[in-house]
Amino acid sequence: MRVIEFREALREAMSEEMRRDERVFLMGEEVAEYNGAYKVSKGMLAEFGPKRVIDTPIAELGFAGIGVGAAMNGLRPIIEFMTFNFSLVAIDQVINSAAKIRHMSGGQFSVPIVFRGPTGNAGMLAQQHSQNFESWYANTPGLKVIVPSTPYDAKGLLKSAIRDDDPVIFMESELMYGDKGEVPEEEYLIPIGVADIKRQGTDVTIVSFGKIIKVAHKAAEELEKEGISAEIIDLRTVRPIDYQTVIESVKKTNRLVVVEEAWPLGNISTEITYMVQKQAFDYLDAPIVRVVSADTPLPYAPTLIQEALPSPEKVIKAVKKVLYRD
Amino acid sequence: MGKVETKKNSIKKSTASFSKDQYFHWLEQMILMRRFEEKTGQLYVQQKIRGFCHLYIGQEAVAAGIVSATKKGDKHITAYRDHAYPIALGLHPKYVMAEMYARATGCSRGKGGSMHMFSKEHNFFGGHGIVGGQIPLGAGIAFAEQYLGTQNVCITAMGDGAVRQGAFHEALNMAMTWKLPVVFIIENNLYAMGTSVARTSNVTDLYKLGCAYEMPSYQVDGLSVEDVHNAVYEAAERARRGEGPTLLEMRTYRYRGHSMSDPQTYRTKEEVEEYKKNDCIERVIKTMKNNNWITDADIEKIEEKVKAIVDESVQFAEESPYPEPHELYEDVYVQHDYPFIKE
Ligand SMILES: Cc1ncc(C[n+]2csc(CCOP(=O)(O)OP(=O)(O)O)c2C)c(N)n1
Ligand SMILES: [Mg+2]
Repeated sequence: MRVIEFREALREAMSEEMRRDERVFLMGEEVAEYNGAYKVSKGMLAEFGPKRVIDTPIAELGFAGIGVGAAMNGLRPIIEFMTFNFSLVAIDQVINSAAKIRHMSGGQFSVPIVFRGPTGNAGMLAQQHSQNFESWYANTPGLKVIVPSTPYDAKGLLKSAIRDDDPVIFMESELMYGDKGEVPEEEYLIPIGVADIKRQGTDVTIVSFGKIIKVAHKAAEELEKEGISAEIIDLRTVRPIDYQTVIESVKKTNRLVVVEEAWPLGNISTEITYMVQKQAFDYLDAPIVRVVSADTPLPYAPTLIQEALPSPEKVIKAVKKVLYRD
Repeated sequence: MGKVETKKNSIKKSTASFSKDQYFHWLEQMILMRRFEEKTGQLYVQQKIRGFCHLYIGQEAVAAGIVSATKKGDKHITAYRDHAYPIALGLHPKYVMAEMYARATGCSRGKGGSMHMFSKEHNFFGGHGIVGGQIPLGAGIAFAEQYLGTQNVCITAMGDGAVRQGAFHEALNMAMTWKLPVVFIIENNLYAMGTSVARTSNVTDLYKLGCAYEMPSYQVDGLSVEDVHNAVYEAAERARRGEGPTLLEMRTYRYRGHSMSDPQTYRTKEEVEEYKKNDCIERVIKTMKNNNWITDADIEKIEEKVKAIVDESVQFAEESPYPEPHELYEDVYVQHDYPFIKE
């Protein structure tokens, strides 16, 4: 199959949907003339022109709100945040407007909008540029939240997000844009809210999503050498969550490790852990263990980053713990 | 140093003259900022410095003029293009270099990096990474000075891109309404990343934005350290008199890319060369030479002195240790025994 970069997969998804539907447009900082801060939208201005690929001032609250208003009135905006760190400037419009308008209006107005951009750390960018917002947005009813980890998933899910009639948060990573993966030439869609078993295994289930899942893959390869067979479930969507796939896997392996890049308090791993103990308590042979970021802001120094972030070593340790092999 | 005649809300030209000593001080400071940043650029290419890194080269007259025009107790805050400003305030460059090297001896203990220099000792309230985020903070720092009844002001610097944020407009309105002792400084280097000022608004004379709040607002030649000094001095005096804030648009230019990974397709090489002809350091040298205050040998001496300081800074950074892993949990809270969640 054809192999393309993650950023190309995103670009194809947007471009195909823009060709298909006149109402879809892309708006954000540096998306047009600069071809995207991370070159995701490269060439799109040339194809679609300035009416549909729109550079904004640095005014996130304003252009997020303009997107929501346009969506209420018949358009289907894709709003790019250069990174989701800057979505905090706009979060009022995402939470208080986009997520709630349908409910507040008794179903009269819907908000078919996609907010997309990178989430999470991208190396030594320090506190204000290194945050994970998946669980923040996933906490909010009215939103859907997608966090893919491969070019294939990214393309199929972004197309579904653009066609979805509700507001969707779509999260990427600067550290994934250059990743290559197989993506077919033919059109396909991936449904929102369906997890994917990325690796079959029998001894332990590892649940993860987004770029940090790579840490789980590395750990699984190492564990295999030691004769430990790990199953890796990629949630792909963190609102709604495909609990069923997770629970089925836990019923088979009886052990669960959750790997997530976010801070520990009240994140996705907390939620997974709650649901699994509630629905599969009798199947668990060990307490669930999670590997998450340290309960601190992420600093600049590499020694501190290493201490803070999930790593293959930390995942291996967690797996051995649930297998009582430590 | 006489008070400068100005019309309100207009373009400001300086008429005051300055002493030979002042010029020598400016020159040395500006050369130090430039050579330090040139070194920073080289070290970034060698991957000694990581993350996002934004150089101040070309804009030195703004920091130099601000610092000479303000007083010891005054406070300062800016965005992420923040290596030179604290140096101009007197922070030894070695602490800035060590910060970029992510060392425990850095001015933010290796935790902040290039974008987050802080020095409480030098009243530098930091480099901030969210565009516009520091603007209300600057007004708040000024609020505290007013509340405490001091004569101090807060210099609040920002880029041209930041003035399109709501935070800018909200802060200006409150600062003016409450007569806060703050001087808002726009370092208009014509571009926010790859976006020129003209592409973001119909209002391209950015000082005019202050007029909407009836704030005294001026455009200043930011490549003239004298003009910067005079404008900031007058604005600070107005604030000290209890008459509230001023907005100053410093017209300046950055020679390098926005950050270290910028292909700069949004401007021409000719444009950059054109601005270099009006270089702020060259202008200081020219004035000094016209007054027969300085010889090429004197300049050479300054260059040597600066080189020694920059070399010392790099050596200090190279030899400093990284923070220990346990320091991750330090400085999150003041409370020393905060119960962190640990797996
Ligand atoms: C809220 C927010 N949006 C976007 C960014 C990404 N960003 C960093 S610097 C920058 C351009 C800012 O330009 P300007 O204010 O003119 O300052 P300069 O870099 O020219 O000093 C952008 C868009 C950010 N840091 N914060
Ligand atoms: Mg600028």
